Amino acid sequence: MARVLIVAEHDGRALNASTAKCVSCAASFAPSAIDIAVFASDGGAVAAQAAALEGATGVIRVDHPANENALAAVAAPQIAELSAGYTHVFGPSTTFGKDLMPRVAALLGVGQLSDIMNAESAWRFKRPFYAGNAILTVEAPEDRPVVATVRTASYQAAEDSGNAPISQRTIETELPTHTRYVELRSDSGGGRPDLQTASRVVSGGRGVGSSENFQIIERLADALGAAVGASRAAVDAGYAGNDLQVGQTGKIIAPDLYIAVGISGAIQHLTGIKDAGVIVAINKDSEAPLFEVADIGLVADLFAAVPELAEALGEQARSGS
Amino acid sequence: MTVVDTILVPLKRVVDANVRVRVKPDGSGMALDGVKMSINPFDEIALEEALRIRERGETGEVVVVSIGTQVWTQQLRAGLAMGADRAILVETDQELEPLTVARTLMALVEREHSELVILGKQAIDGDNNQTGQMLAAIWGRPQACFTSHLRFSDRVATAMREVDAGLEVIEVDLPAVVTTDLRLNEPRYTKLPDILKAKKKPLQTLSLAELNVDPEVQFRVLGIEPPPQRPSGVKVSDVAELVQALRQKGVV
Repeated sequence: MARVLIVAEHDGRALNASTAKCVSCAASFAPSAIDIAVFASDGGAVAAQAAALEGATGVIRVDHPANENALAAVAAPQIAELSAGYTHVFGPSTTFGKDLMPRVAALLGVGQLSDIMNAESAWRFKRPFYAGNAILTVEAPEDRPVVATVRTASYQAAEDSGNAPISQRTIETELPTHTRYVELRSDSGGGRPDLQTASRVVSGGRGVGSSENFQIIERLADALGAAVGASRAAVDAGYAGNDLQVGQTGKIIAPDLYIAVGISGAIQHLTGIKDAGVIVAINKDSEAPLFEVADIGLVADLFAAVPELAEALGEQARSGS
Repeated sequence: MTVVDTILVPLKRVVDANVRVRVKPDGSGMALDGVKMSINPFDEIALEEALRIRERGETGEVVVVSIGTQVWTQQLRAGLAMGADRAILVETDQELEPLTVARTLMALVEREHSELVILGKQAIDGDNNQTGQMLAAIWGRPQACFTSHLRFSDRVATAMREVDAGLEVIEVDLPAVVTTDLRLNEPRYTKLPDILKAKKKPLQTLSLAELNVDPEVQFRVLGIEPPPQRPSGVKVSDVAELVQALRQKGVV
C-alpha cells in the first residue's frame, strides 16, 4: 500500500498553495497515508495550515534554525532521513520543488519523475515533455521510493476542511554549511494576486514595447483583479521581472481567464498556459500563433484596445454587474 | 586570480528550439528524422559563462563533455568553436536517465579533478530539470540552480537564482554545481576561423564502462501521445464584442 510524504512549500508564515495541489495528486491514487513534512525554524503556523488540508493524514514538523530559509542542500538530507517508511516522496514543480526533489532522489539512489500531470495508479504516471508537445506515460518500479514533482497546474488545491494530527521530529543527520542563504529580492507584485494561483492573469509580450508601457498591462490587470504575467521576450527586454515569466522555463499556470497582450505565442509560451480556462489574445498581427489556441481573439492595436478594455471592465466592476 | 583549474560544461544534443516537434503517428516516439539538432540552449549559456570566467582569468581551462553517440561530436565541435579548450565524448547509444547522466558526470569530475560544473537547468527535450541537482547530491557539494548572475570571491561563489518569488541570492563554497537560467548571459556567435581552429582541438572518447557507470533504466516508458488540442476559438472585431464574449463565457 502506498504511503506518501509531501514536502511543504512555504515562506515561514504561509503554506504555498502548491502543497495543497500535491495533496490532491497523492489523493488521486488513494494511498494509505499522506503525510506533510514542514521544515522551518518555527513551523507552528505553517503546520497548522497543512493539517487543515483535506486528505492529509499527518503533519510532521521539523524545526531547526538551519531551516529558516529553504535551501535544497540543507533540506534534502533531512527529507531522505524522514522518507523511511514511505513509498512516495512528492514536492511541487515550482522552483522550490525543482531545486529540491532531484537532490532528494539522488541521495536515495533513485531517479526522479518531473511534472506529474496525472496518476493512473500509484506507480503509473503521465508527464509532459518537449515543451508540452508530447505526453509521456511511465511506470516506476514498486521496489524503491517514487520521488516526484507534481505539475501544479494539473491539480485543484485540496480543500482546507481537514484536521490531521501534528507531530514533531528531530533529525539526526548532520546538515551541510556549504550553502548559505543571503537574501530574496522581489520587486513585483504591487499588491496583485500571486501569478501561480490567480484565477485571472493578464500577460504582456514584446509588443508592449517598453517597461513604461507595461503599465497598460498592469491597469487592465487591476481592473480585473488579475495577476500580471509576461512572455520571455518581455522579461529578456527588461519590461517585467523574471518572476512574471510564463512558459516552459517560467511558470506553468492554469487561471480561469488568461489575456495575452502583444504576445506572438512561441510554443515555449503556449506550454505555460495550456490549462487556462479561457484564453484571450490581443495582437495587431493576425498571423500570431497565439490566435491558434485562443478562445477569443482580437486583432487590434494594443495601445488603443487594452485601455478601452480596462475602462469597460472597470466600469462593470464599479457598477457591480 | 584562478578560482578553479578546470570547469566542466556538459552539452546535450537536442532538437533545435525553433523546431516544432510532433509525436510519430504510431506513438513510438518523436518524429525527429531530418530535424535540425543543436546544443541545448541552457547548456550554451553554461558554456558562455565558463568562457567568460576563463576570460576573467578565474579558470585555467574549459572542458565540454557529452554523453551520446558519435554524432554528438557535432555539438562538441560547436562548443570547441565557441571557445572550449578540449572535449570529451562518453560514447553510448543508450538513452540515459538523468541519474545515470549525473553519475557519469561525477566520474568525469573525479577524472578531471574539476571543482566547478556549469550546466543548463534543463534540457528542452526531456524537460526534467534534474541532472545538476543530482550531480551535486552525489558529489555532496552545493548546487546553485536557475542562476542568472554568478561571481567568485576566493573559494566562494555568489549566485543569483531566478525563483518563483523573485531573485534569491545564495553563497556556495567551491567545489559546486551551477545550473543556468536564460538571463545569465547571451552566448557569443562563432566565427568561421574559430570553427576551423576547433577541428584541431583535442576530443577524447571514453565509454561508460571505463567510467564504471552502470546505465540502469528505472522508468519504463509505456507510451507517448500528443497533447489534447484546444478547440479553435472565435475572432471578435472590437473591444465591445470582446467584453460581450467574455460575459458569455462567464469569466468577467
